[in-house]
Formats: sequence, structure tokens, C-alpha cells
Amino acid sequence: MVAAHNLKHALFCAVITLVISWPIMGLKLEAVGTQITLQGADPFTWIAIGVAALAVFLFQLFREAILGRLGMLKSLNPMADRKPMPQEKRLKLESIGLTLLIVLALIWPFFVSRGSVDLATLVLIYIMLALGLNVVVGLAGLLDLGYVAFYAVGAYTFALLSQYWGISFWMALPIGALLAALFGLVLGFPVLRLRGDYLAIVTLGFGEIIRILLNNWTNVTGGPNGIGGIPDPTLFGMEFGRRVKEEGNVSFHETFGIAYSGEHKVIFLYLIALVLAVFTGLVIRRLMRMPVGRAWEALREDEIAARSLGLSRTGVKLSAFTIGAFFAGFAGTVFASKQGFISPESFVFLESAIILAIVVLGGMGSQMGVILAAIAVTILPELAREFSEYRMLIFGAAMVLMMVWRPQGLLPMRRRQIKLSTGE
Amino acid sequence: MLEVQNLSMRFGGLLAVDQVSLDVQEHEIVSIIGPNGAGKTTVFNCMSGFYKPSGGKILFRGQEIQGKPDYRISRLGLVRTFQHVRLFGRMTVVENLMVAQHRHLNTNLLSGLVATPNYRAREQKALDRASYWLERVGLMEMANREAGNLAYGQQRRLEIARCMVTEPQLLMLDEPAAGLNPAETRDLDQLIISLKEDYNVSVVLIEHDMSLVMGISDRINVISQGRPLASGTPDEIRNNDDVIKAYLGEA
Repeated sequence: MVAAHNLKHALFCAVITLVISWPIMGLKLEAVGTQITLQGADPFTWIAIGVAALAVFLFQLFREAILGRLGMLKSLNPMADRKPMPQEKRLKLESIGLTLLIVLALIWPFFVSRGSVDLATLVLIYIMLALGLNVVVGLAGLLDLGYVAFYAVGAYTFALLSQYWGISFWMALPIGALLAALFGLVLGFPVLRLRGDYLAIVTLGFGEIIRILLNNWTNVTGGPNGIGGIPDPTLFGMEFGRRVKEEGNVSFHETFGIAYSGEHKVIFLYLIALVLAVFTGLVIRRLMRMPVGRAWEALREDEIAARSLGLSRTGVKLSAFTIGAFFAGFAGTVFASKQGFISPESFVFLESAIILAIVVLGGMGSQMGVILAAIAVTILPELAREFSEYRMLIFGAAMVLMMVWRPQGLLPMRRRQIKLSTGE
Repeated sequence: MLEVQNLSMRFGGLLAVDQVSLDVQEHEIVSIIGPNGAGKTTVFNCMSGFYKPSGGKILFRGQEIQGKPDYRISRLGLVRTFQHVRLFGRMTVVENLMVAQHRHLNTNLLSGLVATPNYRAREQKALDRASYWLERVGLMEMANREAGNLAYGQQRRLEIARCMVTEPQLLMLDEPAAGLNPAETRDLDQLIISLKEDYNVSVVLIEHDMSLVMGISDRINVISQGRPLASGTPDEIRNNDDVIKAYLGEA
């Protein structure tokens, strides 16, 4: 009976594999002169498709046995049944590790290539975004699929402010974050009553509205052409360009009497992003342990019980939305400054999905996990660049495997143990 | 202190609660009993603000509270438990008790971020109150366990502790003995009496366990099919013919 069911299932999977891969890989459109003709692929591709279907068939047929074997691998892991460290020791190790990591991150850019520093800045931006979304999704349990909208608000705030009023990065940073927070608040109100799937759909819509608005409000945002010439941040009025753009400013390399180098600017931006990411992490870590953080989690765990204990749903949910959006605004401002040019292209749904994937992969609510996942998710596609068009496929496969083996995320959230004084 | 006057609750064509009245004095344990589906929990839901009653009044210390949002009613000191335990399962036991004290804490974001003395003092006070109640209900060793991993009886006790740290004036317990073994029920019995005697809390109780109800109630209200059937002291109820017919069974 089980075997028959297995066989049926395996056959079905193999047929699906064939049905999907045959038109995608087996058929090719070739332009012959002005005509387009449909041609079959070379025999090698056909064989490959057949082998793939067979592999799927065999795997599904012996699925239990294979997965059972994989389960046995766990016992090979010497760390498997090690007792967890006592909290104090772990915290000490963690804080030493983190300090070392930050110090390393501070000096590292001076020894590597410009490209790596640039990529690292992007990683830091994603860390900020993921930490912010972690508040909304991981802690408050509100599935937000339009998070990128707040990122866009931050980026466009800086771009527009600098274009129309010549406002600098340092002024725009708090303004962008606050404006994004305001948008979070505004979105928060109508969606308060919604939960789960409904909330996801509304936030998804909100994300698209912002993107489409940016795309179509051509005379303000430049539409699909985007906004260019966004200024770099300055260091106490020192510019990092070869020539000073603004009256009254001096240039960094002249002040210090060193040769001009394009790398200064990249490293400076990286350091700004690093400081902001550390700031984001510390603030949210603190928030998690404050009454508001506990209230987020309580509302996620059981809304009715939370309300019966006097928590106001409105206040708690809005605070999560607002704080999450605030940090997305931060990230957006840094992003705009890093790119120097932004367009609605950068704020598509895929971005929201990637940030959400980072949070889920890292482990909902876990800051260390989210940071690790942000690094992995940003760097992996870059490393896999030589696989060209297959790199997103590899990325997707890696995510599926992750979720099968470690659905709780890379580093699941650990609860803080609180010492209580016993007796009076 | 609490007075329910002619409370009615209608769901579409169904009149779940019809003209129910009851009152609770200071320092009193009042029970609501009745067959399954009689509308006891609906009365609770109206009292705690989960439902807006279709008719009638609910007065708490002379103030009308019917139709107020649930969290406001809870802040007035009217706190309830649930028929099915509703803990914050993935949070630890202490955290459950800390959440409950939200309104006693300094929730200002800035003072929390920089940990002002006032913030820390209030946080410490809340922790002390939490450990006091953990000791009281015998859950001290479990303080840092996730609440969802506790045994059922422990979860029940934690839920009561969680209500008590909010410093309520009136506690509404919805079938607190459901699923407990006889020994646990006896402990619960002691706990509820002690809440009244030592902490000056009035209790409204919905319960099916008759020995518990008869043993600790000062007065009992019987509801049947949404309508009030009888009310009085345990002795009066025990000997009331209508009640015997409708609920206790003719024996």
C-alpha cells in the first residue's frame, strides 16, 4: 500500500519535472532573419532532462530511506548533545566576540579591494533592513511584505531633499528615518485589525503603491529615470571628491595632505554604514528587553490574552511598525548616498522578499541569526556570479535546503534568563 | 463593587444571554454555574469587554463599563483568565509576569533606552512582584522555562499569578479547575480562598466542579439557556428545585 502510494507520488513528481523542464530547456527560439523559429535543443540537453526526471523519480520513491540516512548524520556531529553553556559564560563570550568582530570590521576595509568594501557596505545596509524587519515580523509577528516601501521613502527623501534644497546627508539621515517612521505609522493604522494573510496582502499592496507612485510622479521623482547626482556624505564639511563641489567646503585629501584616492569615499561610506548598523543593532537589542519589546512578543503569542492584561493592541502594533520603518529609512538614506543614483527599480517586491528571507533564514527574532543571514544572502549571489544565470537557481535551492534542515533558522532566538531574588 | 443589570447578548437570531443580573460585593466569591452552553462564558466576555452587550448595564464601582475596550476594563482592575489556558507560550514564565505588569512599568521609550533610575526601579519592582507570585504559586524553579513547556496544572497556576501581578480588584476565573486532578483542585481551592482573604480580591468564578463551587462560594448564580434561573447561598442553591431539575440532576 505504502509502496504503491510512493510509486504514484514519485511518478507524478517525475512527470512534473518533465513538464516544467521540457519547454524551458528543451525548446529554443531562434531568430532566422526576420522570422523567429522554434527549435528543439541538442540531444545532450534532452538526456540531461531525462536524467533529472529519473533522479527526481528515484529520490521520491526512496524518499523515506534517504532522509532517514540523512537523519543519522546528526549522530556523527560531536557537538550534537553538548549541554548549552550557562548564560553568563555565553554572554561574556558573545560580547567579546562581537567587540572583536566590530574592531575587525573597522580596520578591515583598509586592506582590501574597493569592490569588497562596496559589497560590505551593501551587506551592512541589508543588516540594517533585516534588523528593522525583524522587529515587525520576528518579534511582533506581523507579516510585512511591503517593507521595501519604507526603504524607498528613506532613499527618496534624501534624494529629493538634496535635489531641491541641497540638504546634506547628515541632515537627511534623521529626516529620512523619521519620515519613513511616519509612513510606518500611517500604514499601521488601517492594518491594525488585520492579521496573517490579510496583513501580508495589504502591506504587499502598500509596497507596490509606493513604487508605482515613484514611477509615475514623473515631474517630482523623475519617474523611471530616477534621481542622480545624490551627494556623498561629508566628514565635518570635508568632501571626498577630487574637486570641492560646494562653496566653503574643503576636500578631504587636501586637508590631510594626502593623494586623492577614490577609495577614501568608499571606505568612509562603509564606516558610516557600520556605525549605523551597530547603532541599529544595539537600539533594537535594548528595545527587545524593554516593556515594549515584551509587549510585541506577547501580542504575537496571544493577542486576546495580551489585551485582557491591559495591553493596547493599537499602541503595541503601531510602535512595531513605526520602529521597523524608522530603521528602513536609515538604510534607505545610506543606500541613496552609496549609489548616488536611485530609481524605482531598486525598490521592487523582490527586495522585500529578500529581506524577509533574511529574517526567516536567520531565525525569527534572533539578532545574531539575522546578521549572519544578511551576510550570507548578500554575499552568496556575488560568489556564485560565475554560474551566471543559474545563480538565482542555486540561491533558491540553498534556501529550500535551509528550510528543510533548519526551519527554525541559522541561529534561533534564545530567551534571556532573568535571575530572581528568592524569598523576602 | 460590580453590578450587572439585565445583561443581554444577541448573536444574529440567537439570544445567548437574556436579562442576566448579578452583583459582586467587596471581599466575596461569586460563582456562575449552569449547563454547557448556558451562556456563562458569554457573560464573562461581556464583563471583560470582549463583547459589546446588546442590552443592559455593567457597573464597576458605579462606573458604566459595558462596551468599553477590553484593555481599558483590565486597567480598571477587572482581570480574567480563560477557559483554555492562554499563556504567551514561547516567552519564559517570568516574562509572562512582566508583560502583565506593563502598565505599572515606565514604558517611555527614551527612559528605557538610557535606563533612567526611575525605569530601573520600576523594572526591579516588577521583577520582585513577579518572584513573589512565583513563590506563592510554587513555580519559582520554572521561572526561566518557556511557559508553553509547563505541565497543565502549572500553566493554570501561572495564569492566575499573571492576573494577580496586575493587582486586580476583581478576578474573573473561567473554569480554573478544568483539566486538573483532585489534588491540584484542592490546591486551587486554597489559592482562591487565599486570594480573597489575604489579597482582598473579589472573585467571580465559572466552574463545573460542584465540590469546588459549593465549598468556596459566598453566593452562586445559576444560568440556564441564557436566562437567570436562581441565585443565593450554596445551601439555597443546593435545595432549589428548579436548579436540581435543570442542572444538578434529579436524584
